[in-house]
Parts: sequence; C-alpha cells; structure tokens
Amino acid sequence: MANFSNSVDADGSARMARALREAFFAGLIALGMFALFVGLESGQNIRNELVLIPHPKTLTILILAVMAARFLMVAYVSPYLASQKVRNVTTGEMPTTSAARFFRLPAFIIALVLAVAMYVFASQAEQSLSPTGLAYFGMVRGLAVIYAIACFFFYFRVFVGDNFAKLAIVALVLYPPVIVYFFGFQGSLKWIDNFGIQILIYVMLAWGLNIVVGLAGLLDLGYVAFYAVGAYSYALLSSYFGLSFWVLLPLAGILAAFWGMILGFPVLRLRGDYLAIVTLAFGEIIRLVLINWTAVTKGTFGISGIAKATLFGIKFDATKTGFAALMGLPPSSAYYKIFLFYIILALALLTAFVTIRLRRMPIGRAWEALREDEIACRALGINTVTTKLTAFAIGAMFGGFAGSFFAVRQGFVSPESFVFLESAVILAIVVLGGMGSLTGIAIAAVVMVGGTEILRELSFLKVIFGPDFTPELYRMLLFGLAMVVVMVWKPRGFVGSREPTAFLNERKAVSGSFTKEGHG
Amino acid sequence: MTGIETAMIQDPVLKVEHLSMRFGGLMAINDFSFEAARGNITALIGPNGAGKTTVFNCITGFYKPTMGMITLRQKAGPEFLLERMPDFEITRDAKVARTFQNIRLFSGLTVLENLLVAQHNMLMKASGYTVLGLLGFSGYKKAAAESVDIARHWLDRANLLNRADDPAGDLPYGDQRRLEIARAMCTGPELLCLDEPAAGLNPRESLALNDLLRTIRTESGTSILLIEHDMSVVMEISDHVVVLEYGQKISDGTPNHVQNDPKVIAAYLGVEDDEVEEVIAVVEGHEGGAL
Repeated sequence: MANFSNSVDADGSARMARALREAFFAGLIALGMFALFVGLESGQNIRNELVLIPHPKTLTILILAVMAARFLMVAYVSPYLASQKVRNVTTGEMPTTSAARFFRLPAFIIALVLAVAMYVFASQAEQSLSPTGLAYFGMVRGLAVIYAIACFFFYFRVFVGDNFAKLAIVALVLYPPVIVYFFGFQGSLKWIDNFGIQILIYVMLAWGLNIVVGLAGLLDLGYVAFYAVGAYSYALLSSYFGLSFWVLLPLAGILAAFWGMILGFPVLRLRGDYLAIVTLAFGEIIRLVLINWTAVTKGTFGISGIAKATLFGIKFDATKTGFAALMGLPPSSAYYKIFLFYIILALALLTAFVTIRLRRMPIGRAWEALREDEIACRALGINTVTTKLTAFAIGAMFGGFAGSFFAVRQGFVSPESFVFLESAVILAIVVLGGMGSLTGIAIAAVVMVGGTEILRELSFLKVIFGPDFTPELYRMLLFGLAMVVVMVWKPRGFVGSREPTAFLNERKAVSGSFTKEGHG
Repeated sequence: MTGIETAMIQDPVLKVEHLSMRFGGLMAINDFSFEAARGNITALIGPNGAGKTTVFNCITGFYKPTMGMITLRQKAGPEFLLERMPDFEITRDAKVARTFQNIRLFSGLTVLENLLVAQHNMLMKASGYTVLGLLGFSGYKKAAAESVDIARHWLDRANLLNRADDPAGDLPYGDQRRLEIARAMCTGPELLCLDEPAAGLNPRESLALNDLLRTIRTESGTSILLIEHDMSVVMEISDHVVVLEYGQKISDGTPNHVQNDPKVIAAYLGVEDDEVEEVIAVVEGHEGGAL
C-alpha cells in the first residue's frame, strides 16, 4: 500500500515537471508564432513614415494564456480524462458523453436565472458599475445566455435534429420582426444587415459552391469570379439600360452559368491540384479584366449609384410614392433592409431547394458518383463531360444570383470585393460545414461570418488587452484558429455524414469515412 | 499464331479482328482475333502480364487500339464498331458493361444508389434531361420507381437485398464483387465483361459468384466475357475459352480442349530453356496429330 502511494506521489511530481516543461515549450512556440502576428504592428507616424508599433502587453497575455492552458491540460485535464476512462471500464457502465457532463440541469437553471436577472437589473447595473465592470457584466451575461441556449438545444436535440430545416426556416422568417420588436427600427439595422443579410449571402454562396466542390468533387478556388460576374452584370446592365432588379436577377444567373461553362471547358481534363490552380487563375483573370477594362467597368473606381430593388414597382425611398408613405409608416431605411433580408432568404432557400431536388435526380447522383470514382462513371455510360459542365454551370448560376443581390444591396461594386480571399472564405465554409451537407454549411457560415462580426461586439476584451485593442484586427487570425480547431476536432466538417438520396427499407446516414473528396 | 484457328461461331455477339495495341516500344497485344457467341460465357485466360486486361480496355473503350476492328452485334441487329466509340457511348449505346479488376464501387453511396447511378441514361431521358423532373412532372417519378424495381431485382439475384441501404464501402469483399456485377447489369447490357470476378474470393463466395453468373446468362440472355485466374470458375461455367500469352493467342476452344493443349500447359507451368525445342517438337507433333 505504501509502495502504491509512493509511486502515485512520484507519478504526480513527474507529471508536474512534465507539465511545466511542456508549458515552457508551448510558450516558446507561441512566442515564435505570435511575435510577428500580434507583437508588432506596422503603422504610420505623423510624417507618414513607416514605423513598427510593438504590442508587448497583448503578446505577453497571449503567451501566458497559452502556457497556462498547456500546463492545465497536461497536469490536470488529461489525467482526469484518463481516470474517467479507467473508471468507465471498471464500472462497466456506458460512459457519459462529455456533452452530457457539460450540460447539466442545475447549471442550466443557474445560467437561466443569472441571464434573466442580469437583463432585469441591467439598468441598475449601468448606473452603479464602472465601464470595466459593465464590460465584464456584459460578458458574463453573454456567456450565460449562450450556455442556456446550448443547453436548450442539447436537451431537445432529437426534436431539433428531426425538424432542423423547418425550425430554421421559421426562425429566419420571424427574425426581422423579432429583432425590430427588441431593438426598434434603427437598432435593428445592424442585426438585420451585418448579421442577417451578410451571413445569408455567404450561406447562399457556400451552397452554390457546394454543388461543385461538395457534390461533384471538383475543387474550385475561383468561385468568386461568378459572384463578380453576377454583381457586374446587374451593375452594368442596370446603369446602362435601366433594367430592373427582377429582370436582371435571372439574367445575371444565366450569364454566370455561361461563364461557368467557359471555365469548365478548359479544365475538363484536369484533376486535383491542377484543376485548383487553373480555377484560381480564372478567378484572378476575371478580377483583372474588371480592373483594366476601364471603359466599361470604370476600373478600380467601381460602379456606384446602382439602382435599388423595388417591390412590385414600389420604391423604398422617402418620396410620396415610396413604401413608407404608401403603408402609412414613419420613414426609415430599415424597411429596405428587411425587404433585402427576405429577398436573400428566398434566394438561399431556392438554392437549397434546387440542390435537394437535384441530388435525388440522375444528374445529382452522377455528380456524387463522379466524386467517388470517375472511371466507374464512364464504365456505366455516364457522359462525364456534360456532367462536369452542368455542375460548374449550376454552381456558377447561384454565385451569379448572389452577386446581383450583392450589387443591389451595396449600391456599389468594385473589383476589391472579389479578391481571392473571398473564394477562400467560401471554400473554407464548405469544408468546415462538411462537404455536401446543406445544414453543416449553413452552421459553418453562421459560425465563421457571424463569429467574425460578433468580434466587434466584444468590448470586454478591451478591458483585458487595453483600450486601444481592436478585436476586428484579429479577425483572420481567429478565423484560421477556428478552422484548425474544427478540422482537428471534426476532420469531415460539422456534418460529416451524408444523407442517401434513395432507400429501400430505411434511410441510414452514410458515415463520412466512406465518402471521398473527389480527385478533381 | 498461324496454327490456331479462330473457332467458328454461328451468331457472335462480339467479334475481335486483328487487334493490336502498342505502348511505346511494347507490343501489349499482337494481332489478336477471337469471337464470343451470343448467350455464352467466354473466358479469356492467360498468365500474368499476357495482355488480358488490355484487351478488355480496348473493347470497353478505355484504350484506343493501335490496329484492328472490334464489332459488337446486338440481338436486334444493329452493329457497333467499338474501337471508334468513346468509352461512355460503348456502355450507353452499344450496351457493353464491365467490372474492374480492382473493385470500383461508389463507396460513399449506398448499395441502392450504386445501382441507380447505373441507370443514369434511362433516368436522364425520363426526367427530360433534369428539366421536367426538377419541375415535378410525374413521368420522372414513375421512371424512378421502375429503376428502384430493377435495382431490387438485381439485388435479389446478387443476394444483397438486406444490405441495400448500407454504404457500398461497408460491404465485405465478396459482396462488393457481386454488387459491382449487379451494378453493371443495371445498365441493361448485351455483353458483360468481367475482369477477374473471382479474385480474392473464398470458395464459398466463388460458388455464389458462379450461381450469379449462371442466373445472369439464363435469365437475361446477356453474353459474358470474363478474365479469370481461378480455373475452378473458368472450367465450370465457361462455354468457350481463349488463351492469351505475351499478347498472342495460343489456344481457343472448349474448356476441355484448352485444358489438354500442351502449349497452354507450357505457358502456365513454364519450361526450362533447354526443353524449349523439345516442347515445340511435341507441340508440333500434337498439332499434326490433331489435324
């Protein structure tokens, strides 16, 4: 017995030593990684000279956080998890999932009470607390709300899982009135425009790209080109010919689909990396044409003053025949934003509907078969040329729809909106969501786009890192970090399994370990 | 080569004449001719590297032969010159289906979906090339239901009905082999080309395969051309055997005839260098005797 406790002690001190050592190395790695990313900022001084602004405090906090996390992980978390595993084996009981351990009923009730109480006493808190305290107050309240919502979804996960699509559509349709009710017309702008419309544009783009990448397995790094074609189709044709949004929306889709075919032809023979490089080049060519064909596109100045969309001819402006005046409502710019929200919602749902329908049709099955094995497809009499071209064309068409919507929403387009980074973000959303899964991709878009938008709201970070800390600057860093975390945790994306398109007896999801990513 | 007569066949489904395939300096197939009779099981055998799979790839359009003519004659009469057609048209129009030596299933699709992909061209027409189906016309729904019935029929024959909703990649090896054959049959072929269907199967699975091939022949009247190393399969089910060595035909006839052909025995068992002359003498003597 004495021996045993001795060995446990020795084990414990050895583990502490190892934890300290690993924390030190983690700190070194963090220093190496963040020294340039976070520790230094290039800026201008008053004489317009390039200067380096060091951020030692931010850097130190970050490194300490990494070291502490590594220490805790090695010293406490991993032994705890290991002992849990041993206990599960010895008791012979089914292990409770980590989710079930995390979402406990008492904790849920506490979080709920806390969130409600903090909302009830919000006005008192505003008067009595210092700005720093208020920031922490907001953070705790936010965490409590997130935890309570997560718990709610966890307890009703079966119901939510079964009716996810219906619930999501109902929630999205009700979203604008609910937001307006809580924040008023002026306060709702941010939530409907920055969060609602912005996220839905990316959802639609990612769903469009999903047809090419997720279903047909053709890696397309230049998808933003079709977005640009759609946006410029609307911008140019409405400025030069005065055509309305509703006429140009399908036209933009058709033009983008046409360019999808143009891209498709030369890349038919290419696979994998080679295909990716050529599509990347195609995206850049479109952007460079937009920059340099100044006679038509006005180059980098872009096209401004693009006509707004109308509702059956009713304009959304402050004139007598405008929407607000006709409906007898006080003038506000929020009506137009809400109108746009419903347009992009309808477009995104159209994309989803068509994708779901196509998957159950021979062409959709041929796309997925193409992703699995192109040679077998040819041996079964499938014309792979037309199959690939339709995938490119239909994917591009939805990109074109989204592009013309983008133009009408911004009222301004310039080549700067269609850089490679946009393609990369859209592709990242498709990959993170789980290639082929509409639900997963929608979740990924909310997390990635909404997550970076919410960074603007995190004022409590200023308390930790100092008042001149701007969380938005770290957008891409966090974006990359989130991607790494998700890919380690779920290598096949949020929804890795695939829903079969037909069944004899019962519909069983196909595990992601069987599906392939495609070779081209 | 000159000594081996091409067996005369009444109603050939496939006629291969003077087929040659050259890869750079390598003559993979050299002036190879044979015929496969309608409704028969024809086996193509030979040692490793003899060029059997190359012949298959030429027939199914994956390779374009350097020389020669490959004619497929359907039951209804139309003839197709396969060497002039792209691979997918050979399956779609000439109705030649094939399987692969290394199984090529759509592993992430379910067993049923694999069989539905094989009916692509029929369903494409029924769905008005997607447009009518997308708009919800009833013609496509009827065709889709029919395609599931066809799939069910072949799943039943391949004894895979209870695995219909599982991913194809999840099936054991023997089942995957039979699924690949069932999938090829869903294209409604006149000629089914099987590349080593029994490779890697245990004896029981081999028997199940034999049953499936016999069922295909008797029920659908599809002619079968197969490459096989497993002699128990070849000798038991085939009506006609063609032997290939170094890209040339060395024997052609019934399983019994081929089994006793000294050239075939020499090719399979191998002979010492100093015995070559002796063997040739025996072979020539044998041929003289046979004629």
